[in-house]
Amino acid sequence: MAKQTKSAVNLVNFGRSESATLLRVEDLKLYFRTTKGVVQAVDGVSFELGRRRSATVLGESGCGKTTLARAILRLLPRNVHTFSGKIVLDGVDLMPMNDEWFRKEIRWRKISFVPQAAMNALNPVLRVGHQIAEPLVVHHGVSQDAAFKRAVEAAKLVGLPEDFLSRYAFELSGGMRQRAIIAMALLTNPELIILDEPTSALDVLTQANIMNTLKKIKREFEMSYILITHDIATSSELADEVIVMYAGHIVEHSPAARFFKAPLHPYAQKLMASVPTLREDKELEFIPGQPPSLLNPPKGCRFAPRCPKRFERCAEEPPLFSLDGVSVVKCWLFAR
Amino acid sequence: MQQNGVLLSAKDLHTWYELRKFGFIHAGYVRALDGVSFDLRYGEALTIVGESGSGKTTLLKTVLGLAPPTKGTLVFAGQPVTAKNLSWLRRHVGYVQQDPYGALPPFMNVRRILLEPMLINKVGQPAEREARIREVLEEVRLLPVEDFLLKFPHMLSGGQQQRLVIARAMVLRPQLIVADEPVSMLDASVRVEILDLMRRVQRAHNLGVIYITHDLSTVRYFSERVFIMYAAKVVEKADVREIVRNHLHPYTRALLAAIPDPDHENALHFKEVPPGEPPSLVRPPEGCRFHPRCVHKIPGLCEREVPPEFEPVPGHFVACWLYR
Amino acid sequence: MNLWARLQELRRYPSALVGLAAVGLLILMSVYAVVRYPYSEAIRLWRAGELTWLEYPRNAAPRWFNWFGADLPETISVTHERAKALHAEDLGGGVRRRTLSFSCDFLNGGGFPKELALFYEATFTRTPPQAVLTWRTPDGREIPIGTQVLRGGGRYIISADAALVKRLGGRPPHEALFAHPAEPGKPLRGRYELLVDLFTFEPQSEAQLKLIVYGQVHGWAGTDNLRRDLSIALLWGAPIAMVFGMSAALILTLWYLFISAVATWYGGWVDALVDRLTELRMILPLLPILIMVGMFWSRSLWIMLAVLILYGVIGGSKNYRAMYLQTRSLPYVEAARAYGAGNFRIIVRYLVPRFLPLTIPAFINAIPGYVFLEASLAVLGLGDPVLPTWGKVIQEASGFLYMGSSYYYWILLPAALLFLTGVGFAMVGIALDRIFNPRLRAI
Repeated sequence: MAKQTKSAVNLVNFGRSESATLLRVEDLKLYFRTTKGVVQAVDGVSFELGRRRSATVLGESGCGKTTLARAILRLLPRNVHTFSGKIVLDGVDLMPMNDEWFRKEIRWRKISFVPQAAMNALNPVLRVGHQIAEPLVVHHGVSQDAAFKRAVEAAKLVGLPEDFLSRYAFELSGGMRQRAIIAMALLTNPELIILDEPTSALDVLTQANIMNTLKKIKREFEMSYILITHDIATSSELADEVIVMYAGHIVEHSPAARFFKAPLHPYAQKLMASVPTLREDKELEFIPGQPPSLLNPPKGCRFAPRCPKRFERCAEEPPLFSLDGVSVVKCWLFAR
Repeated sequence: MQQNGVLLSAKDLHTWYELRKFGFIHAGYVRALDGVSFDLRYGEALTIVGESGSGKTTLLKTVLGLAPPTKGTLVFAGQPVTAKNLSWLRRHVGYVQQDPYGALPPFMNVRRILLEPMLINKVGQPAEREARIREVLEEVRLLPVEDFLLKFPHMLSGGQQQRLVIARAMVLRPQLIVADEPVSMLDASVRVEILDLMRRVQRAHNLGVIYITHDLSTVRYFSERVFIMYAAKVVEKADVREIVRNHLHPYTRALLAAIPDPDHENALHFKEVPPGEPPSLVRPPEGCRFHPRCVHKIPGLCEREVPPEFEPVPGHFVACWLYR
Repeated sequence: MNLWARLQELRRYPSALVGLAAVGLLILMSVYAVVRYPYSEAIRLWRAGELTWLEYPRNAAPRWFNWFGADLPETISVTHERAKALHAEDLGGGVRRRTLSFSCDFLNGGGFPKELALFYEATFTRTPPQAVLTWRTPDGREIPIGTQVLRGGGRYIISADAALVKRLGGRPPHEALFAHPAEPGKPLRGRYELLVDLFTFEPQSEAQLKLIVYGQVHGWAGTDNLRRDLSIALLWGAPIAMVFGMSAALILTLWYLFISAVATWYGGWVDALVDRLTELRMILPLLPILIMVGMFWSRSLWIMLAVLILYGVIGGSKNYRAMYLQTRSLPYVEAARAYGAGNFRIIVRYLVPRFLPLTIPAFINAIPGYVFLEASLAVLGLGDPVLPTWGKVIQEASGFLYMGSSYYYWILLPAALLFLTGVGFAMVGIALDRIFNPRLRAI
């Protein structure tokens, strides 16, 4: 199974030179040991993200997208069975680094993370301003005052009024708390921010506000995002590129303009067809069946059992095929 | 039971919660529902859209009989609802909740879960109850029925759990079903199945349905009619297609503008969002409650007088002074 | 949700298996104790004075001391039936003379007998029989002991006979009679005989004799200063500890389960009241209260248990309250209200079952605490006056311990059993905690 994906390392070039690549992931595998067996949560994932580009990782629950984020940030639980592959940031492979070095230099310095439901993770006994400043103080040994000043700047960036910094977390609304978390992530001027479902628990207007903030930051700071979500509509707000995951694999990686008009992979197509739209009157389709268990994933294409376009070749796992040098699809329909 | 009459009628309905300090000192009221009026006919489906704090959840609870109304009247199937006949109301209104797993007691199996409402309301004989359980499981397509009877909630998928919740809501043959974000916690591909099921069930039994959601884009798949709520009041009532074409209330406009469709152009534009946050329900603003955030505010009027309902287009009601 | 399946998970924890073995052992002991010595019998034996235990050695060590090379003797009892009649003579006038040989094989080289006594039962009308006693050692020496008048029933404590001591050169008889001639510090091993010349003076007069060579070890638990076989108390300590601990733990666990559900469900002043009562109870010191009960009212174990339970039902438990507070907003509880469930039904069918599994570790973990409580009261002298418990044994032993005494088994055995109880239940309880409370699990 591993052999085929390795050959797809002939990865897609989005029309820029090598040095414009910020992050390159090669054959990343993360398996967990559980009482029921080994869960192959991320099973040979490869992609590239250019500098100043944003990618959305799209997928339903259990596809491995959150695990992918944790793998990149090395936020691993204790029952890891396999963790292999290459994660190259700015030309440097992060995998061989030891944990201490990674923690100091990479995590929350070069790469920041806004986890799911992060707004519930604010420490209730710290004032928001101090909380935001915490990474600098703890991580980088910056003095409390200097850190607080940076926190104020970061808060302004995200549209959090300064007087909110002296309040406690429970005094802030959901949207405000999420902004505080984003400010925390921005604090060290990272090159890449990974956000996991940043707006799913928020109201519509608040979501729009947060998205505006993220767009503004992206423009002003030329920061790269990886946005993880299951919500196709939200993903279209920030994405330059879309990565679709299914059952631990990447099944499509396309530029946003192409993806939202016409997704290539059958799963992506069905997903798009199952999402209600406000402005367009369309018949919704649903995908029968369920994603496969990652405990003992089936051989061959993992979407084949539910795919309307499957044929005999699908019994063998397809590699990532490149289309027009622009998109990458893991489907035999695109074999040359 | 009239087939086409009015099933549920609310007139100037208010539901306030009392705030107490230290458990017994009165400290004001949370005016969670502050003057709502509407009629729902048998077999009609209605969606109520609002953000958190809009009062939609309180409206749901009032209709379910979980929160007694403070002022105004609520008439269900011809009978006025008072604090005394709440248990009667609860029996005739089915409840579908947002979190399918949380809605099911983890220590009861499928059969037991469906039996409970019948046991509590002393409905039918034991043989009739078993038959009803099978009947309702077939209707929600949890087949084969025998396989599912002894399963526990954690053995079911999200979609199956929600079907069970729907089955439970239907087991007492209610005339009205209230659903609180019934698909928001399900995967995208499963949502359609459940929405389909609810529509089918509604048509088969001529049920009245009230949906509650904050996601306008799903409304057309729920129902034909939609109410928009803001700060404990209904601000706009219309048919779904009409509202999408012709959004009148400034809040509705803001909502619609904020909802994305999957379109990559979204990444290139900023959205217009009204500044500020929804108001506190303990001390709501005077006059129109949206006025602090409204770009079309008419000075001297909007902040002083509560706007009544206007009908600029037949069947389309707006509570906004712009349409006087 | 299968309770049995979850309990099976205990197999994955080695510590739990050890704990279960300990608890199983205690339960076996309890069953055996009740079967072997029924309640009234056990009480009778334990409360009986010296007379019942007269044939047991005083402060004997457990038999298994000999496994460690001690080679201490056990009690040898030679009854009248086992004595050999050597000679019988009719001296006329109703006087008879019989010579009996009471022989015993003394084979332990590690210590002398503790005591030496001759028990007799004589029947006569006016003239009591008399016995002339001679001691024959394995190497053939004959030592005259003396003449005893057998007046009715009684015992002649050879080892306490002061005149005999003087005659034997100042050494206590139970040592001197057994001493090795060459090495006086060690006993001579072999067959010893007590030759009894029994003279009866009436035709119907009779006498029955029994020689007891008291050993230094007895049974698996030894004996105490009242010669009582400690194994009775140690065995019976188990069922008493189990009953006391388990009933208190069970009643109170169930009570907290229920009262916390009721209080948090109704909220408002009910919850506040129960919470204040809980705090009141947490402030009241239990042990001093029980001490006062013991001193001023009654020391009966059952009274203590009743007071303990009365104390425990004041209020609820902060732990359970915290758990139940979460449940009030549970969707399925709200759904139940929506289809018409009343308060009582919700509490009993929706709230309590959720937490019932969690009470299992709580129950198990609470047991040792109560067992130790009872033992503490006993050690303080406030134990039940009638029942033999481990704490009682420790308390009695503590009066006899001093530097240099060798009666440490007397305290160590009950202490070890208490320790076993505590550790056994704790290990099972900890493993159960990990099973039933997922948050404590290390994946």
